[in-house]
Amino acid sequence: MAKIVVVTSGKGGVGKTTTSAALATGLARAGHRTAVVDFDVGLRNLDLIMGCERRVVYDFVNVINGDANLNQALIRDKRVEGLYVLAASQTRDKDALTQEGVERVLDELSNDFDYVVCDSPAGIERGALMAMYFADDAIVVTNPEVSSVRDSDRVLGILASKTRRAEQGKDPVREHLLLSRYAPDRVNKGEMLSLEDVGEILSIDLLGVIPESQAVLNASNAGVPVILEDDSDAGQAYADAVDRFLGQERPLRFVDMPRKGFFGRLFGS
Amino acid sequence: MNLLGYFRSQRKKSASVAKERLQILVARERAQRDGPDYLPALQDELLEVIRKYVAVDQDAVHMQVDREGDCEILELNITLPEDDAPR
Ligand SMILES: Nc1ncnc2c1ncn2[C@@H]1O[C@H](COP(=O)(O)OP(=O)(O)O)[C@@H](O)[C@H]1O
Ligand SMILES: [Mg+2]
Repeated sequence: MAKIVVVTSGKGGVGKTTTSAALATGLARAGHRTAVVDFDVGLRNLDLIMGCERRVVYDFVNVINGDANLNQALIRDKRVEGLYVLAASQTRDKDALTQEGVERVLDELSNDFDYVVCDSPAGIERGALMAMYFADDAIVVTNPEVSSVRDSDRVLGILASKTRRAEQGKDPVREHLLLSRYAPDRVNKGEMLSLEDVGEILSIDLLGVIPESQAVLNASNAGVPVILEDDSDAGQAYADAVDRFLGQERPLRFVDMPRKGFFGRLFGS
Repeated sequence: MNLLGYFRSQRKKSASVAKERLQILVARERAQRDGPDYLPALQDELLEVIRKYVAVDQDAVHMQVDREGDCEILELNITLPEDDAPR
């Protein structure tokens, strides 16, 4: 039985797809068979970030509708063993994701994989609710910014009440905060909510802090999940987060200002 | 305070303002979603009544439902303006 992990946030553009790609790749690299599923029907992007856009033949909705079976639709990653992508469809029909259909596909994936990572669309509409509904774990991607934090809190409300685990009275969905696009220098200047501020407001377990990083854009240009860029700050921060997700202890990195040079010391705070 | 310190304290503000606003907003939204369904309507109507007498802000009425044993407590907080001038 696979563990189902949703990557969610409410707000768009905060780094869900970047995180889904990194997490799935990291889990597979650690030896766990992992499928990453794009729930963003109509706006699929995960295939681009994973660099497999030219190999998409069948998608999630094709499998739900029975036009293809899972083996035909799953795209095997060429870099990491045991990593598979299920693309979203480009159809405009948002109702294509029926609860029964999603459940059937996730059940089938569960038999064959250790982890199923669900990349949620933005918002709190059907696609997002479906991505959350069957989750065992939720990674709530949040930027240190008012609207993102507020939306994350709303999503926490949904996870606690509108998921299968909630409805069936089982153990609640395990919630993890992933604070992304963090800029320690701006935090130091008092221009950006700090890690502690966001932690205090949302009060859920912190899985990691991903710095604002050029490496993310570079990696997405190339279609490489940023976690595979071992030398980059964001790649290392994601690797730490995946290790923590798997139960290891990793100290937080990239949360302090870069060490100051002479002039920094002279004029610094 | 030197000039640098002055600018720094100016800048300090934006993140702490953000935090304060979020704390208020999030507490309010949590109370609403965890409380009974009638809470938002009750809150709006109370605000309307209060505004007949005192000019208060949109977020002047704060309600929260607490549970103590099998007893539900509806906590109602109304913040009046400093110089509560009647309308
Ligand atoms: N840590 C980061 N540093 C810099 N840019 C980032 C970071 N995380 C995400 N981005 C950028 O933000 C944009 C939105 O990211 P994406 O993962 O697609 O968000 P979402 O799936 O939540 O809409 C992309 O252009 C991406 O390159
Ligand atoms: Mg996305």
